[in-house]
Amino acid sequence: MSPLLDVRNLRISFPSRQGPVEVVRGVSFTLGRERLGIVGESGSGKSQTGRALLGLTPPSGRATADRLEFDGVDLRHATPKTWRSLRGARMSMVMQDPKFSLNPVMTIGKQLIEAVKLHGGKAEARDKSLAMLEAVQIRDPERVMAAYPHELSGGMGQRAMIAMMLVTEPDLLIADEPTSALDVTVQIEVLRILDNLVTQRGMGLIFISHDLHLVSTFCDRVLVMYAGQVVEEIDAADLQNARHPYTRGLLNCLPKIEGGVRPLPVLTRDAAWLKAGG
Amino acid sequence: MAMLDIHDLAVTFGHGARAVHALRGVSFSVNEGESYGIVGESGSGKSTVLRAICGLTPMSGGTVTLDGKALATPRDPAFYRRVQMVFQDPYASLHPRHTIDRVLSEPLAIHGFDRRENRIEQALDEVGLGKGFRFRYPHQLSGGQRQRVAIARALILEPKVLLLDEPTSALDASIQAEVLNLLDRLRAERGLTYVLVSHDLAVVAHMCERLLVMQHGLAVEALTREALQASRATQDYTRNLMAASLGFTRAAIPA
Repeated sequence: MSPLLDVRNLRISFPSRQGPVEVVRGVSFTLGRERLGIVGESGSGKSQTGRALLGLTPPSGRATADRLEFDGVDLRHATPKTWRSLRGARMSMVMQDPKFSLNPVMTIGKQLIEAVKLHGGKAEARDKSLAMLEAVQIRDPERVMAAYPHELSGGMGQRAMIAMMLVTEPDLLIADEPTSALDVTVQIEVLRILDNLVTQRGMGLIFISHDLHLVSTFCDRVLVMYAGQVVEEIDAADLQNARHPYTRGLLNCLPKIEGGVRPLPVLTRDAAWLKAGG
Repeated sequence: MAMLDIHDLAVTFGHGARAVHALRGVSFSVNEGESYGIVGESGSGKSTVLRAICGLTPMSGGTVTLDGKALATPRDPAFYRRVQMVFQDPYASLHPRHTIDRVLSEPLAIHGFDRRENRIEQALDEVGLGKGFRFRYPHQLSGGQRQRVAIARALILEPKVLLLDEPTSALDASIQAEVLNLLDRLRAERGLTYVLVSHDLAVVAHMCERLLVMQHGLAVEALTREALQASRATQDYTRNLMAASLGFTRAAIPA
C-alpha cells in the first residue's frame, strides 16, 4: 500500500540580509494511517515542516522538495484550485491557540457550518455540526454553537477547533502543538478525543510538539528535529533507548517527580549535529 | 522560623453579583531558606497569591506576615528590598527599549544603592551572562538569557525572598534545566527563600521541599516532596494532576 504522505528532502528557506537562511534542511519521511510525532525545540523547523505540507509557507519563504506527495497528488506544483480541494476537505490543521485561530466575531456554530457547507452537504450542515461537537465531548452543543470564541474556555475553544477541522472527515490531520495552551488535565482529555477520532476514522495524524514525554506516550513513531534536520526517527515505545545524543540530552534534562540528579544534566550542543545529514 | 506567613488570604475582583473570588482564604507559611511550591491549573489563583504578597493585587482579606511583622498596604520600599519577583514571560517582563544596564540600574537608583557599576557587573556574572551583555537590548537575547536578566534584576537588591511565577514555562526543556540549576545554586549560595508557582508538578517536585496544590482559589492539599514522590496524595484532584503529568494513557479511555 502506498503511503498517505511521502516527503523527500524538504527544504525551506527564508531570505535575510546575510542571504537565504535554511530553516528546514532536507527532511524526509512517509506517513501511513498512523500517529507520527515531530518533536523539537523552538526554532528546530517543526512547525514550518507542518505548514509546508499544507502549502502554508509564508510568502517570503521558499519550500522545495524532491518529492511531496499526498495520496498520489504532487503538492509541489499544486494550483490554488487543487489546494482548495485538498485543504479542509482532505487535510487540515489544528493550531496551537484557539484564541488566535478562531474568528472572534463569528459564533462557533456559524464557523462550523461554514466549514461543512464549503465541502458539500448543505442540507444537513447544522445536524452534522452538532454531532461533531458531541463527538469532541462538548456536553451542551446547542449553547456552544451560539457562543462566540471569547465566551469559551481554552479547552472548549480547542475542542471546537478540533470539531471544525474534523467535521469534513479529512484523511490527514496536522496538529501543531494542539494542547500546549491547555492545562494538563484538559490536555489529556483533548488528546483522548483526538486519539479516538484517529483510530475510528483511520486518519493519519502528524502531531507537532516540544514535549518529548507527551509525544512518546501518544504517538506511534517520533521524528526528533534539531536545527532543521531530523536527527533521529524512533518508535515511540523505544524512546528510552534513543541513540542520538540530542534526544538523550532532551530526555535527561527534564525534572522528574520521582526525583533525580541534582543539578539537572544540561544539554551540551555539539556542532557536529548540525552537519550530519538526516 | 517562618519567613513568610500567609493567613486566610482572600482576593476578590469586582463587586456584587459580578464579583470574582480569585482567592478564598488561603493559608500557608514558608520557613527561612526553604523553597515552597504552589501548583495548580490556570484560574486556580496560584499567581494571584504571589501578586497579592508583593502588593500588585489588592487583598480583600487575610494577612501577610514577613519575618514576624504584618505587612502594610501599600508595601513600603523596605519590603521590596527583601522580597522580589520574577515573572513568567521574559519576552513581556523586560522593557523592549531599555538596555540591560538600564533594567539593572533602575532598582539600584530607586533604593539608593552605592557601587552601582560593580553591582551590575557582579549581578550579570552571577547569572552566567558576563559583562558583554550589559549594553544589549532584550531583543538581542534569547528567552533563556532574558530570564537570566530577570533573575539578575530581582537579585540585585539582595532580597531574602524570591517570588517565582512560572519562571521556566516559556522556555525550552534544555534551557529550563539551565535556569532551574541557576536558581538552585543561587538559593544555596545566598540562603534565599523561594515561593515558586508552576503548573508543572515535576518542576515543583525538583525545586521545592514542600508544596501546596490549589484549585478554584482554594488550597486543596499541602504535601511534602517525599509524600509527592511516594504518591501519598489524599485528594482526588492532586491524584488527577499527578496522573495527567505522567503523559497520555490509552488504557484509561472512557468507553
